[in-house]
Amino acid sequence: MNEFSLWTVFTLVVGLVAILAFIAGNAMALVWMERKVAGFIQRRPGPNQLGPAGVLQSVADAVKLLFKQILKPSNADSIIFFLAPILSFFPVALLFMPLPFSPFFTAYSPNLGLLLILAFSGINVLAVLLAGWSSNNKYSLYGAARGVSQSVAYEIPLLLAVLAIAFQHGTLNLSEIVEQQGGWPWQWNVFTQPLAFLIYFISIFGETNRSPFDLPEAESELTAGFHTEYSGMGFALFFLAEYANMVLVCCVATALFLGGWKGPFLDGFWWFLAKAYGLLFIMMWVRWTYPRARFDMLLNLNWKWLLPLGALNLLATAFVMKLF
Amino acid sequence: MERLIKQGIDLIKGIWSLGVGLAVTAWYLVNRKITVQYPKQVVPREASESFRGPIELVGQPKDPATPKCISCMMCVSACPSGCISITKQKPPKLSPEEEKAFAEAEARGEKPKRPVAPRNPATWRYNYTYCSLCACCIEACPVNSIKFSNELYLAGTSRGDFHYDLLARLKRKAAEAKAAEDAKASETKDSGSADAAAQPGSPNISQAVPEKADEASSASGQAKSEAAL
Amino acid sequence: MTRPIFSDTKGDFYSINFEKGARENTIILNMGPQHPSTHGVLRILLELDGEYIVRAEPVLGYLHRMHEKMGEVKTVGQYMANMGRVDYLHAMAWNWAWAGAAERLAGIEVPERAEYLRIIATELNRIASHQVWWGAYILDLGAFTPILYSFEDREKILDMLQMMSGARLTFSYFRLGGVANDVPPVFFDRLREFIPYMRNRLNMYHALVTGNMILKQRIEGIGVMDVDACNRYGATGPMCRGSGIAHDTRRAEPYGLYDRFDFNIPVYHEGCCMARYMVRLDEIEESLKILEQAVAAIPEGPVLPAKPLKFNAKLPAGEAYYAVEGGRGKIGVWVASDGGKTPYRIKLRAPGFSNLSIFSELAEGTLIADSIAILGSLDLVIPEVDR
Repeated sequence: MNEFSLWTVFTLVVGLVAILAFIAGNAMALVWMERKVAGFIQRRPGPNQLGPAGVLQSVADAVKLLFKQILKPSNADSIIFFLAPILSFFPVALLFMPLPFSPFFTAYSPNLGLLLILAFSGINVLAVLLAGWSSNNKYSLYGAARGVSQSVAYEIPLLLAVLAIAFQHGTLNLSEIVEQQGGWPWQWNVFTQPLAFLIYFISIFGETNRSPFDLPEAESELTAGFHTEYSGMGFALFFLAEYANMVLVCCVATALFLGGWKGPFLDGFWWFLAKAYGLLFIMMWVRWTYPRARFDMLLNLNWKWLLPLGALNLLATAFVMKLF
Repeated sequence: MERLIKQGIDLIKGIWSLGVGLAVTAWYLVNRKITVQYPKQVVPREASESFRGPIELVGQPKDPATPKCISCMMCVSACPSGCISITKQKPPKLSPEEEKAFAEAEARGEKPKRPVAPRNPATWRYNYTYCSLCACCIEACPVNSIKFSNELYLAGTSRGDFHYDLLARLKRKAAEAKAAEDAKASETKDSGSADAAAQPGSPNISQAVPEKADEASSASGQAKSEAAL
Repeated sequence: MTRPIFSDTKGDFYSINFEKGARENTIILNMGPQHPSTHGVLRILLELDGEYIVRAEPVLGYLHRMHEKMGEVKTVGQYMANMGRVDYLHAMAWNWAWAGAAERLAGIEVPERAEYLRIIATELNRIASHQVWWGAYILDLGAFTPILYSFEDREKILDMLQMMSGARLTFSYFRLGGVANDVPPVFFDRLREFIPYMRNRLNMYHALVTGNMILKQRIEGIGVMDVDACNRYGATGPMCRGSGIAHDTRRAEPYGLYDRFDFNIPVYHEGCCMARYMVRLDEIEESLKILEQAVAAIPEGPVLPAKPLKFNAKLPAGEAYYAVEGGRGKIGVWVASDGGKTPYRIKLRAPGFSNLSIFSELAEGTLIADSIAILGSLDLVIPEVDR
């Protein structure tokens, strides 16, 4: 695995292409799913005109966004303004590399896969900051400021929850973590580490700016937050990055806590996808149920509850691991 | 200590409340949809019957294609927004010979009856874009020739679509009503009275509408039978 | 002092004046007239220190339609259609205020059945108004779903109001001396079915939203308004009842047949957004009670007096004032006539205007998110504020 052979390069390139296709396809499927879930919760059918049950609606939307004029506000910093959406999307693509969809479907399985994900997921924050700063719009600026403090805050409990798992398994390689879990639900990490799972799951709402923690783009307060001034593909890339981020964090959760590709029978990537989509569904369900949290509530929850609990959980894990 | 216990109880209650909220939305997630998919479906006919949309003219009982209107212009002056414009009919033009005959008769000192203009209006135009449906024209009309229609689905691509010619509309509706009545009569002859009774359409709507209305009304029937949470 | 030339300066008259009083290191944010949570075209100038609001100033007039002036050129009946457009959410109450003022001046009696129909129409519309507020308020707070649930129930009310008046939003159902037309018998069956249904749904509202931990933390203790502030600004309706003043025009100055009905005035003493929220939801229940009694007691009879006022009737010379309780507070119509074809002067007292005035004071020192919660809890209808 450590030898950098031709085969590794080949899998890397094929994996990257496949991952880009996977992200784009998933984002479209997720937008459709989000709108369907929202519609069903609100007692209406959701998109139902294009294709069977409206599945092609996202394609139509994507085409529309492609054709839309890209506007730049006057006095905006044009380089940063156009760099920000690109910067928000491409790191996400990289982050899919170490995800073990199945023993075969793994683009690149480094020993420090988990660290890679944690390191690169921070770049998204930079994109939010740049977008808000360069837009020359006060709402965008507020959105960016909120986004940065929120993401910085929520990365810490996320890290603590993930570290507890790493402690337990003694590795940072996602494939190995999955290997060490069993196929049946009680063999998953969610049963040995329920608190870590809870902390992780709450943190990803903050990390991906999803309701009830969608403060950087709080519609009723900041119109659209950091992407207020973006149109066309600029907006589309932010949108894509948001959904790609959602897929990513749910995939990581699946690998870490829910036994990855393993199931009671017929192990394979279908198990992985089913579990990840289950988590995604819960995220959508929550979004269409709860009101938005206020900023101090968000940070209070983080600093007063998640962080101490995460630290305690980590300590307890370390203690137990040392003991046995 | 007491405060701590209270806070703990509040926290548990709060977490429980979050669960309750999720349960409510989950219940609706699996529940039946209630929206009407316009234009594929329309609301049941009885729901639109009481709707008071743009005004229309009332035909004479014996001649439904001609309005009761006597061109008295009361509605024109009653309308606060100036939506209505009516022109009266001119008296029939006399041919030169007739004109001459009348002139001679008048010269003889007789008082011949010149033909008067018909009381029905020549044009009856209604600008719905200004109308606020205040019913002042209806109250003002001395012969009850104006009423509210129950036109529910109004959509147009230009402003001109809402400048109605109500005389033409009355003629069209009268013709439609007649056609529907004829069709009903022939159907009754063909298939007996049982089928005719099941026909839900009222006589003054076009034939395509009752089918749609029927479909939608069965959907609303389900809505009634379904119990609330 | 020279008047600023608009083309040479940044911003308009209001923002220039607002900027004059600004502290150092603050951001001036122009919220509205196009903003998702200013409910139409309200504009608010905010001076922000970080996320905290130092000063807030509502700027009005973007939806001014000269309703008062229009009354001077329209006859009494023609003006009724305007009333449905002043406050589109509780149009029936405005209908009643205008009809009542004109009737008081002309001195005509209203038949009993018409009085009952007026109460039924107004209370149904009050429920619909509170439902829209409830949904929109939760939407302001970030949850999208409740507004669709409340609109689902509101549709049922609108169906019934359509049976009465033929319209679904801008009603002009009232006539001088009664109401436009009687209701079909099926209306009462629908209403009897609706009352228990709505009680069920109210429980759902409470389960989905009121109990929610996030919502409670968002609005409890936010925007506290004391009795003194209510008195200073003339706040009425749920605003003052949320602050512990049990004032309801239906009780304080009974009009129509409200003195025959048994209902409570929900009062909360906290004065915060949650108190106003609870007052409104409790009022739905009280309105249902009134409807129940009205359906049971409604007599047969005509809905217009034998000699009703025609739409173009001349009002006798004099003045009259009539106040009703609308969904947002006390609605007042003052009419002066010199005996001519049209009234000489009309003054509309809109509760939204007084309730909005208090916003500057309440918003001071709160977060942006809180100011949105406060603004929503005022239950603003901008056409009514601007008139």
